[in-house]
Amino acid sequence: MPASTSKIATDPLLFEYLLRLGDSPLILAQRLGEWVGKGPIVEEDLALINVGLDLLGQGRMWLAYAGEVEARFAPYGRDEDALAFHRDAGAFRNLLLVEQPNGNYADTMTRQFLFDAWHGLALQALARSCDPRIAEIAAKGAKEASYHVERSGDWMIRLGDGTDDSHARTQSALDNLWMYTGEMFASDAIDAALAGAGVGFDHTVLLGPWREHVDAVLTEATLTLPAAEWMQGRGGRGGRQGIHGEHLGHLLAEMQYLQRAYPDSQW
Amino acid sequence: MVSTERHASSAAATAVAAQRPDPGLGVIWQALAGVTDPEIPVVSVIDLGIVRAVEWDSLDPAILVVRVTPTYSGCPATELIMSLLRETLLAIGVRALRIEIALAPAWTTAWLTPEGARQLRAYGIAPPGSASPADTAGVAIDVTGISPLRRAAATVPCPRCGSHRTQLVAQFGSTACKAQYRCLACLEPFDYFKQH
Repeated sequence: MPASTSKIATDPLLFEYLLRLGDSPLILAQRLGEWVGKGPIVEEDLALINVGLDLLGQGRMWLAYAGEVEARFAPYGRDEDALAFHRDAGAFRNLLLVEQPNGNYADTMTRQFLFDAWHGLALQALARSCDPRIAEIAAKGAKEASYHVERSGDWMIRLGDGTDDSHARTQSALDNLWMYTGEMFASDAIDAALAGAGVGFDHTVLLGPWREHVDAVLTEATLTLPAAEWMQGRGGRGGRQGIHGEHLGHLLAEMQYLQRAYPDSQW
Repeated sequence: MVSTERHASSAAATAVAAQRPDPGLGVIWQALAGVTDPEIPVVSVIDLGIVRAVEWDSLDPAILVVRVTPTYSGCPATELIMSLLRETLLAIGVRALRIEIALAPAWTTAWLTPEGARQLRAYGIAPPGSASPADTAGVAIDVTGISPLRRAAATVPCPRCGSHRTQLVAQFGSTACKAQYRCLACLEPFDYFKQH
């Protein structure tokens, strides 16, 4: 981190921020991995895990950096594996949206679309970070995210403007997941500190461009935005602050099983 | 993300090795040109554009530094490619080696060499850059009134018969860097190495 920003964005804050950046792609990659071998058609099976791999790679880079930053102020710095496999649910900082269960294909693709549309914008903003490490990870990820959002947007239109059944399921997925989207545009003290230092970005400004894209796709998909305004996790008590729903613990039980049963085993 | 390694060897062997000069950069580049991407065994890491620099360390000229940029963030072939590079260089007599991973500037398919593109096509994979904007490809489809969100951004010519009458089957193929297409003229399926 450049010396000019170190006074405001101290290492513990930067560490926390990097967990927020890394945990969402990591957890979503795990969710997508749950589809392997069960995709509706083989092409989709491949696509889901390829998107998952992109996200896992991004998550790994964020968490590896987080571990290096942690070593500057803690007695030890955990590496990306320790951060992924040795933390409990309360220590995860992912968005609530990405921990939601896979459900049916409309649920999975709607979750993906709402996330991808945000993720691409977030990575573009982070690519302008004054922290060169953050900027380069984000610039690389932004290229991948732009392809992801194209694909998940295609699926929204195919499913929404598809059969009566696919339309109903996609509308229902949208209604269920909508309340988890507000958290993506909420900014707390940590976000504000990092944005102020030029390391992070102001999350609230992404809402406009995100809504514009989401509205265009949903209109084409003949889907209707839920009227509900109430949002989970807004107000500083959401996934990014470590307050999670009941699903994350189950996800972690599976993801972390091997390292919990055989600590530090390698193969 | 940096690993330095030296040959573990007995003192006697080290003394002998010390008298033997390291291979020159020309020989090194030539050897690297023989290392292929395990997922696309016809294209070398040089033609793929992922080896960005090969040079002797400015502080310790006995150490060879190879700078590599990964294609996609989660590409599972990356680690295997690193170990193939390492094996190849140690086999031709490089004694100390450091492989550095460079994320910036981000890898782009613009770095694929013309030779790499030719090899991809010969292998049955449509190379990046072969796609042309859908409206200039001479495909007689009237898209009036169809939302841009529903239109294919580009058409990809079939690497076998050259026809532009092709159709996207899935945005991802067997690897993250490829998409699946089918040719409506010769009816063959094919992979497209995506522009990235």
